Amino acid sequence: MKLLRLLASLALTALGLLAVTFLIGRVVPTDPALAVAGDRATREQLIEVRRQLGLDRSLYVQFGRYVAGIARGDLGESLLTGNSVTTDIARVFPATLELATVGIVFGAGLGIPLGVWAAVRRGRWPDQLSRVLGLVGYSAPIFWLGLTALLLFYAKLGWVGGPGRINVGFLYSVEPRTGLMLVDTLLAGDAEAFMSAVSHIVLPGALLGYFSLAYISRMARSFMLKELSSEYVVAARAKGLPERRIVWGHALRNAAVPLLTVVALSYAGLLEGSVLTETVFAWPGLGQYITHALQSADMNAVLGGTLVVGAIFIGINMLSDVLYRLLDPRTK
Amino acid sequence: MGIRRRHLLACGLPLTAASTWAQTPHATLVQALAIDDAISLDPAECFEISGSEVVGNVYERLVEFDLDDPSQLRGMLAEGWVLDVEGRRYDFRLKAGLRFASGRPLTAADVVFSLARVVRLNKTPAFILTQLGWSPANVSERIQQTGPLTLRLTVDKPYAPSFVLNCLSATVASIVDSQEAQARPEGWLRRASAGSAPWWLREWRANEILVLDRNERFHGARPQLARVVFSHVKESSMQRLMLLRRDVDVARNLAPQDLDALRNASQIRLTSVPKGGLYYIGMNQKNPLLARSEVREALKWLVDYEALGATLLKGIATPHQNFLPQGLLGASTVSPFKLDVARAKALLAKAGLPDGFKITMDVRSAEPIQGMAEAFQQWAARAGVRIELLPGDGKQTLTRYRARKHDLYIGEWGADYWDPHTNADTFVNNPDNRDVASRQTLAWRNAWDRPELSRAAEAALLERDTGRRAQLYFDLQARVRAEGPFIILAQQAQVAGLRSNLRGLRLGPTADTSFLAPVVKT
Repeated sequence: MKLLRLLASLALTALGLLAVTFLIGRVVPTDPALAVAGDRATREQLIEVRRQLGLDRSLYVQFGRYVAGIARGDLGESLLTGNSVTTDIARVFPATLELATVGIVFGAGLGIPLGVWAAVRRGRWPDQLSRVLGLVGYSAPIFWLGLTALLLFYAKLGWVGGPGRINVGFLYSVEPRTGLMLVDTLLAGDAEAFMSAVSHIVLPGALLGYFSLAYISRMARSFMLKELSSEYVVAARAKGLPERRIVWGHALRNAAVPLLTVVALSYAGLLEGSVLTETVFAWPGLGQYITHALQSADMNAVLGGTLVVGAIFIGINMLSDVLYRLLDPRTK
Repeated sequence: MGIRRRHLLACGLPLTAASTWAQTPHATLVQALAIDDAISLDPAECFEISGSEVVGNVYERLVEFDLDDPSQLRGMLAEGWVLDVEGRRYDFRLKAGLRFASGRPLTAADVVFSLARVVRLNKTPAFILTQLGWSPANVSERIQQTGPLTLRLTVDKPYAPSFVLNCLSATVASIVDSQEAQARPEGWLRRASAGSAPWWLREWRANEILVLDRNERFHGARPQLARVVFSHVKESSMQRLMLLRRDVDVARNLAPQDLDALRNASQIRLTSVPKGGLYYIGMNQKNPLLARSEVREALKWLVDYEALGATLLKGIATPHQNFLPQGLLGASTVSPFKLDVARAKALLAKAGLPDGFKITMDVRSAEPIQGMAEAFQQWAARAGVRIELLPGDGKQTLTRYRARKHDLYIGEWGADYWDPHTNADTFVNNPDNRDVASRQTLAWRNAWDRPELSRAAEAALLERDTGRRAQLYFDLQARVRAEGPFIILAQQAQVAGLRSNLRGLRLGPTADTSFLAPVVKT
């Protein structure tokens, strides 16, 4: 019964998401038929394309047909790529997943210790450093930062690979089994290709991770300050427990519960696809796919992409709820 | 300490390796190019820039124009042709020994199939062929095979032969392997190739990568390179960095600031060729203010053409004031307009608008269009013309433009095929000025209805003497320049930055004439 209620709530959320996206897509003053037929099309050719796309039907019918298609597992066909949207998303999503995962590993892996350190050294230079890093992370435009990082680490120093997921020399030498370049190159046992994939993902991953780091470290600091002023910490100190154990063994363990939500939401945010990062680094991911589809009024692709993003958000929220219960015995 | 050193080495490996790999494979040409405009690679429906370049390299056509002198035509698949005295029947003879990439021989049946298929499908670029009087109803009698390697094409009017042949040199007239196309499901040609050119399409991942492999069965001289990769890189600055780092051999979408930065870079060369695209401003004649000839002329005096060419368009376009781009038969280079605020004010006063007026301009939010619009806004303000810019993405502004809801529209237009009629037709012809008209030429979009000029364009189309035809277009341009609802700003250039070890890359004036087969790496 509980599961049924959950599924119904999920279905309603997804339907609402689709309805809003669908309406926005139809309100935008753009003729989707133009994207297919092009600027030179005659009036009759445009009318024919609109008929083929079902745009001559009422909004209710169009939406109903779309939802019926989704119920059958069919997200429709992309106007621009000519593929089914499912195929397109299956192709672009692994790129985003890989980048987001590297980003969150970087962001959480450095952000949490930095936040903890800032809280422990409150008001001193580690705290100031964390504040400056956070401020730059919040305020610097990712587009500018990405280009600057590429100019420095790729163009000037040659430390990392350039835009794209792998050097073009490895094209067709690695079989795409999972779509995750790091995993596929490892599965192929091609060390050179793996290194190339690593060198290409390091910079965009670190950059995305930096923006997560800014948020995660500030939140970690805030949660840790709260924990460190708790009575159980005072008691632990009075008992003579080593500071390291108090901070990492007790305070952080309690701060980890709300921190988990922060990390999960950051990860979900990265999984939506970071359009600007993907554009700067020519990374063929979900964000770029949806944005390009939106610009071209390719509504099937926009709706399919939005549905996937919504599903990711819901899924990760649910996962963090489950983990929350596991980590915090009081919620059981 | 030993562990630390090992860790450091492990961390540094990918980093040092990155610089080692920063070079394209020797037998592969890697081009950084924005390929997100491509929708279909089927010659019958492909009409986008990057798609046309691919189609031009994987398919061949009956005739082609000479890149050294684009007004000269020669056979590509055709060995020769004969035109009857009435000027309506063209008898083509194909070269012997032609083959498709599939290995099948290329015959007149394939040519008939390909041309008729375009007419029957009637997709957007089909008008290039249907304007010859071909329709689904008559195509079987007007495009006929007369022998294994011969065919006859019949057109409905005695058009200028150069016009008919130029139409046959367009992307849409590419010859498809008829057996392959018929054996495959509908839509297969959108994402695959069945041509006879030096390359075949191995893979196209939309907005990511497009790969051409050498056609080992090509009937002519085989390319030295084995593969061409079009890597989708949208950002101009990124293309520049990749070129400098040797991650690509050619960068194709360089903005003026990046061209400047590359001008003195070592081991980089820049190449440029005028292409058939124009930047222009359209003035909607439905707006009573813009319908006054003095106002239209005044606005033409409110552009600093030279400044545009020297700044925003530097390297990517040159000032040009006529609807025919240079390189097309009869193209005029006369450029009477310059920034002259006093003259513009006098014209506005003559039009009864001494204090200027307020008007809107639809602007695509992309460079250099947006920059040009802002510059024009400032120049116009000096004569009291207050322009409100209405920004939007490309499809939004185009939707409004095609619905004739704009006052001013700044945009670009590229020649659809290499014949002056392509632009004369759109900038002058407006056979039906009603809102429900079928053809939405630029003259129609700006509600400019001048039947006598449409007739002049038709006369030029039927003029069989090339010299006289050129003069007719020259005269037509003078009239449109003086009276028309267009401020032609500049002619675009096709530019590329390339590594100095590259030889043989030659950009063409149209997207489908940038042939990659002659390219070699030293």
